[in-house]
Amino acid sequence: MEVKEKMGRLENEEYIINMGPQHPSTHGVLRLVVALKGEIVQRVEPHIGYIHRGIEKMCENLTYQQIIHLTDRMDYLSAHINNEAVCLTVEKALEIEVPERVKYIRTIMSELTRIQSHQLFWATFGMDLGGLTCFFYGLRDREKILDIFEESCGGRMIVSYNTPGGLMNDIHPNFQNRVKEFLKYFRGVIHEYDDLLTGNVIFQERSKGMGVMTKEEAIAWGLTGPTGRASGFSCDIRKHNPYSAYDKVTFREILYTEGDVFHRYLARMEEMRESMNIIDQLIDNIPEGPFTAKMKPVIKLPEGEYFQSVETARGELGVYIVSDGNKNPYRVKFRSPNFVNLAPLNLMARGSKIADLVAIGGSLDLIIPDIDR
Amino acid sequence: MKSVIEYFRGIFNGIKSLLVGMTVTGGYFFRPGTTLTQQYPDNRDTLVMFERFKGEVVMPHNEKNEHKCTGCGICEINCPNGSIEVIPATEVTEEGKKKRIIDKHIYHLGMCTFCGLCVKTCPSQALAFSQEFEHAVFDRTKLTKVLNQPGSKLMKGVE
Amino acid sequence: MEFSIYDFSSFTAWIDQSLRAAMSPGMAVAIEMLIIGVAILIFYAIVGLFLVYAERKVCALMQNRMGPNRVGPGGIFQTIADLVKLLFVELVPIKNADKILFSLAPYIVIIASFMAMGALPFAKGLHAIDLNIGVFYLMAVSSMGVVGVLLAGWASNNKYSLIGAMRIGAQIVSYEISVGMSLVTIVVLAGTMQLSEIVQAQQYGWFIFRGHIPALIAFVIFIVASTAETNRGPFDLAEAESELTAGFHTEYSGIRFAFFFLAEYINMFIVAAIATTVFFGGWMPFNVYGWEGFNKVMNFIPPFIWFLGKTGALIFLIMWFKWTFPRLRIDQLLTLEWKYFLPINIINVLIMALIVLLGWHW
Ligand code: SF4
Ligand code: SF4
Repeated sequence: MEVKEKMGRLENEEYIINMGPQHPSTHGVLRLVVALKGEIVQRVEPHIGYIHRGIEKMCENLTYQQIIHLTDRMDYLSAHINNEAVCLTVEKALEIEVPERVKYIRTIMSELTRIQSHQLFWATFGMDLGGLTCFFYGLRDREKILDIFEESCGGRMIVSYNTPGGLMNDIHPNFQNRVKEFLKYFRGVIHEYDDLLTGNVIFQERSKGMGVMTKEEAIAWGLTGPTGRASGFSCDIRKHNPYSAYDKVTFREILYTEGDVFHRYLARMEEMRESMNIIDQLIDNIPEGPFTAKMKPVIKLPEGEYFQSVETARGELGVYIVSDGNKNPYRVKFRSPNFVNLAPLNLMARGSKIADLVAIGGSLDLIIPDIDR
Repeated sequence: MKSVIEYFRGIFNGIKSLLVGMTVTGGYFFRPGTTLTQQYPDNRDTLVMFERFKGEVVMPHNEKNEHKCTGCGICEINCPNGSIEVIPATEVTEEGKKKRIIDKHIYHLGMCTFCGLCVKTCPSQALAFSQEFEHAVFDRTKLTKVLNQPGSKLMKGVE
Repeated sequence: MEFSIYDFSSFTAWIDQSLRAAMSPGMAVAIEMLIIGVAILIFYAIVGLFLVYAERKVCALMQNRMGPNRVGPGGIFQTIADLVKLLFVELVPIKNADKILFSLAPYIVIIASFMAMGALPFAKGLHAIDLNIGVFYLMAVSSMGVVGVLLAGWASNNKYSLIGAMRIGAQIVSYEISVGMSLVTIVVLAGTMQLSEIVQAQQYGWFIFRGHIPALIAFVIFIVASTAETNRGPFDLAEAESELTAGFHTEYSGIRFAFFFLAEYINMFIVAAIATTVFFGGWMPFNVYGWEGFNKVMNFIPPFIWFLGKTGALIFLIMWFKWTFPRLRIDQLLTLEWKYFLPINIINVLIMALIVLLGWHW
């Protein structure tokens, strides 16, 4: 009798493991408290805040030019796009029109950022699933883009290239050549990504039908970026609310309806190709002109509230600035895509295996500093 | 019958996809010329960084030990994290006027985030980025540097 | 039947006789065992260290890297340097771990792989023990290592380790069947379980050629299933570093960790050696019936070179798998075994039996 009771208790007992904050598959200091039953995930509870630096609060004591360098450090893989978001908000508030040249360069840089971010996603996602070689191929190709950044901006990841009104400095004379060289190179090797992972039967078996989010759920949870679009939620800011030079290019919004891990992955693969097309359309037509609009050395936004959202590599980044007319903002709020994308992890992973949890987490392409800010 | 065909087709397509993957890795294995590794500490002599690379903030001096910093303190105001401290001094010029000059331009490399605002906003272009990237030291006080060299003077013609 | 110039049986027999002449039989056996033990130990260490180095070079080249290149020419002494480092690493005591089992586990793993080594025929006569149930013995011994892994996972008092251990338990129980069945296919063809005779039977045509398609299928299944059994990628679920940090050896450090690490590589060598022996003619040179000149040249190459060469090629294949494919999930792993390998295997054995009965093989 007693043994039976004990057995019953054992069966109902959950096996709690702490994934993280130091765990190879959480890509940073995210802590997931996972309740298991055997291999099956019963419940996932994300605990965040391990890399909270109070960026939003820090912004309140900085000038608008100084804010830029902090946004680099949120989603460090979309550093350039984050910079752009703040700049666009400030420019919108000041009602200044930046030169065409700036718009073109910003768009090209953003798309390069998107490609390198997706390359790193591919690399780490492959590694999460145990394909260690992917990691090196992804980083190998990403290196080429980082070189482009380094040549023009002076930084590889933390670029700080945008500034309200324009750019920190003009593009390097070699920039166009390098970008074209990269496009040629990358078109030649992107098939390896498909050969190695996309087509692989093990990979397909592991990713298809996993962590499904329907369109309704995606909208309800506010999933954006490739994660949302894989579920069929048309949410590409570049398309619906074009900024910079996105109204001058034609490109496809990648939409799928399945909403599983595989299609999230596929959406990113296709986005890389689309990004290359966008760059193709712009790279030869960068207009001549100044690389920054005339700006006062001290920027003071008129009193009011301003909002601008951009499409980062992971989804919609919204920048909300409240100004009381001083040189520092009164309040800054970032609507970061990763924080929102993390939220339904429990819903997606419940009932799947540990290995699936890793795959689902990987497919959301989370950047932890962006969640915690 | 159909499911049997599906079963075997599944097996064959699966094997084929695996072989395709193996050609990629095998292809690189049998072409050792494709390695990209840079032998870093060995190639130090030939390693060239991009000229805009933001290694650390320096104050270029010319051969007469002159710099362009007027001690205005704009870089200090613009630095987002207080990495720069400008300690000014006053000097009496030949005409007998008092003039603000730089005594010490202190730069905390350990705090700098390489945003580039100091270099960009300096009115006399006294600052620049060097391509030096080997910053590791055993004692962090070494990361605090005085950018103007001892005995250096303001360059002629810079106000 | 001509014999190759490299026949070690008379050499070993001579050692045996001179030992027996000099001392009592019991003493002679003891000394022989000592010699063999030391010889295998040295071979074990060399193979282990070399394979670690080889794996690092292979994966580096596949990934556009250089791999170890600092210690010695081409980094050849890198693994020795690593080993020395591991020897000096502290053996971290784990709180609430089962002390005895925790320290016992790596030895079980190592001993299991050591025992398998003894039965492998490296060349004619170069054979520690030629059991008449050689195939059976190898299978039995090579699956003993899992006990060590299970103990390691259980005794570490770590949740990740336990999951890893449970996974490998399920994995080995399933894949042992496949390994056995695919070897049975060849045993049916050879009509014996004695490894030396299996090798001898392949003088003119290795079993992989002689056995028609069933032998080929058996080989593919064997190599996949034994990769799974040795717990290597893409079947390294017990370690699965992206899921379970390091699986069953998460808590191990220093030389104990080195034992697990070494045993993994030795096991890889052993399965490749078994596959060589059973499917690729062991130490037999590549001979074609009737081509005397060609055969002479081939016979001139020493048999252990043949053996190590073939084994090396198979090891390379296993490494190639690991560095190309993503990892399977536990349920897929079991599906692969029970839904694909097992039925195919059973049919395969039947077909092979039919071929042998009808005398279609040559
Ligand atoms: S680069 Fe930025 S952080 Fe560094 S000293 Fe200059 S202004 Fe300060
Ligand atoms: S470096 Fe430039 S900005 Fe800074 S104090 Fe000197 S002159 Fe002024």
